[in-house]
Amino acid sequence: MKKLVSRSEFYLFLLILVLGAGFTAANPKFLSLQNILDLLKSYSFFGILSVGALVVLLSGGIDISFTAVAQVAEYVTVAVILQYGGNLFTAFLLSSSIGIVLGLINGLLIHFLQIPPIITTIATLNLYFGCLYVISTGNIIYRVPKFFEDLSGTMLPGGFPMVAVLWIGVVIGTWVILHQTVLGRSIYALGGNLIAAERVGFKVLYIRLFVYGFMGFLSGFGSVVHTALVQSAIPNSIVGHELDVLAAVVLGGANIFGGAGSLAGTFMGVALLAMLGNGLTLIGISSYWNDVVIGIVLLVGVTFSSLQRMYLAGRRAKVVVEEGAL
Amino acid sequence: MKEFFRTHRDLLGLIGVLCAAFLIMWGCNPTRFVTLNNLRSMAFQLPEIGILTLGMMVAMLHGGINLSIVGLANLTGITIALVLHAILPQGARGEAGSWLMLVAAAAGFFVSLLVGFLQGVLIGYAGVSAILATLGTMTLVNGVCVLITHGSTLSSFPDSILFLGNGSLGPVPVPLLLFLFCAAVLSIILRRTTFGFGLYMLGTNQEATKFAGINNRVILLRVYLLSSVLASIAGLVMMGRFNSVKADYGQSYLLITVLAAVLGGTSASGGYGKVLGAVLAVVMLQIIASGLNLLGVDPFFAIATWGAILLVVMALNHFLRARA
Repeated sequence: MKKLVSRSEFYLFLLILVLGAGFTAANPKFLSLQNILDLLKSYSFFGILSVGALVVLLSGGIDISFTAVAQVAEYVTVAVILQYGGNLFTAFLLSSSIGIVLGLINGLLIHFLQIPPIITTIATLNLYFGCLYVISTGNIIYRVPKFFEDLSGTMLPGGFPMVAVLWIGVVIGTWVILHQTVLGRSIYALGGNLIAAERVGFKVLYIRLFVYGFMGFLSGFGSVVHTALVQSAIPNSIVGHELDVLAAVVLGGANIFGGAGSLAGTFMGVALLAMLGNGLTLIGISSYWNDVVIGIVLLVGVTFSSLQRMYLAGRRAKVVVEEGAL
Repeated sequence: MKEFFRTHRDLLGLIGVLCAAFLIMWGCNPTRFVTLNNLRSMAFQLPEIGILTLGMMVAMLHGGINLSIVGLANLTGITIALVLHAILPQGARGEAGSWLMLVAAAAGFFVSLLVGFLQGVLIGYAGVSAILATLGTMTLVNGVCVLITHGSTLSSFPDSILFLGNGSLGPVPVPLLLFLFCAAVLSIILRRTTFGFGLYMLGTNQEATKFAGINNRVILLRVYLLSSVLASIAGLVMMGRFNSVKADYGQSYLLITVLAAVLGGTSASGGYGKVLGAVLAVVMLQIIASGLNLLGVDPFFAIATWGAILLVVMALNHFLRARA
């Protein structure tokens, strides 16, 4: 219990419960199955990206370029399939491969040039996005192949949307990697202390390549879901939302400096953003308030967890001093 | 002489790249690049990003970042516009009394300083990391901008504001003068005051600075106040140049300012960075953008080029340092 109370995920969960209860009391539609399924569906792309962003943060890095990676993967995939034909499987294959390649480029640059990840990925964001815009000349593809539409319309029995299943699949797969493999533990180790991880014998290059490649993979994979949801390929529809995704992950309790964070927290971070957007509308508050509320929640959240960390650090220091006196 | 080259290697390298970019663009556009018209239009375009870059750089010097600068620039513009529209019933076109302008501008700067104060308190006193504190305030500020304007564009301002964005003194554009003025003042603050000295120390080693008897918290508070002021000045320039304000103007500038600051030699982990470097970097980005524009290339190609140049410069730096 004590351990639970010290975790930021616990407070996030309480906040979600309170908000959910409040929204439901004001408008019972909020808790309806249909509304929840709709939210799961419309946030599936965002959710998939947030999983990748979490893994990068865990390793002590940061990736700003993933929106551009998703953008490139989406546009190129749709354009290639329109030209040469293909099916859903080739779409996933092609767009994930593009994502992996662009992600690996990030990883290689960060490792070999020793540029801070935030700078590298801001540079590659501009590079990828600029190149895409030049090649596409900004043309919007309005008609995407029918199988994208089918993907967004596919429901499991009970009306559970297929794209949300993909999101959950990504979460489970990532959980297995993070918690059941040496690779996963090494990601946490790298984020906790780079030098220690290196001394213990982890190959930092491989971990970095995996982390940024994985982010690229999820950006590519997710971009197919995005195409299915929006039924078009617009060359600037994703870029610009990179900080929103990071905000969700940070709200979910991930440490921006690496080493700490959880998939459950990230899921709740996304859920909180989704709830705020949807719930405020349902209780009749104008959507102009959205960002104001999200900003306040974000500020309160990061301040709270920082003060909590300072308090815990202070208490630990006190214990050490007392033990020293004995 | 050798000593001079060694201590100013980064800056000299930057000047070299700048000259190369200038000559290449001149070579590509032999008749159109070095004309009074083109140079003037470049001088009108670069101050917005330039002043924002200075605001970003100040935050990066302590090892932080300020993601809210573009939001603050918009917030300043919108506040000024709303105050003017509220006091002048038929819109704020034409000439407004100077006292009225001062009241409006004071309101705009005040709101922005308030946010800067909040950031300083969060980062300096509550120990929130700069990236998170400014991410939160960025969302909040953008949200407030959308809320108070309902996402609409406010336009037509008094001549005195347009003068800041579009006016010239002789052949020299006013925004360029503002940019150079900001750069000069910032340079003096950073190099000649105890605050500036403390800021560089803080960026290099936080613990050591603390034990050296410097009040880290006060420095951080001042950093974000200073960054807010610079963002507000950029907001004034944008307002005058576009003759309108809107909640989502200049969103793409944000990451560009980080890119420009780093290109200018500011370290992302803090402690290093010169105003002159940032100014040169901004000028270089503008040379590339304008030169490519004259060639009729897609403007997004310039963005791709900026990203590539940053990577190349960082790579060169890395290899040169490894060899030294």
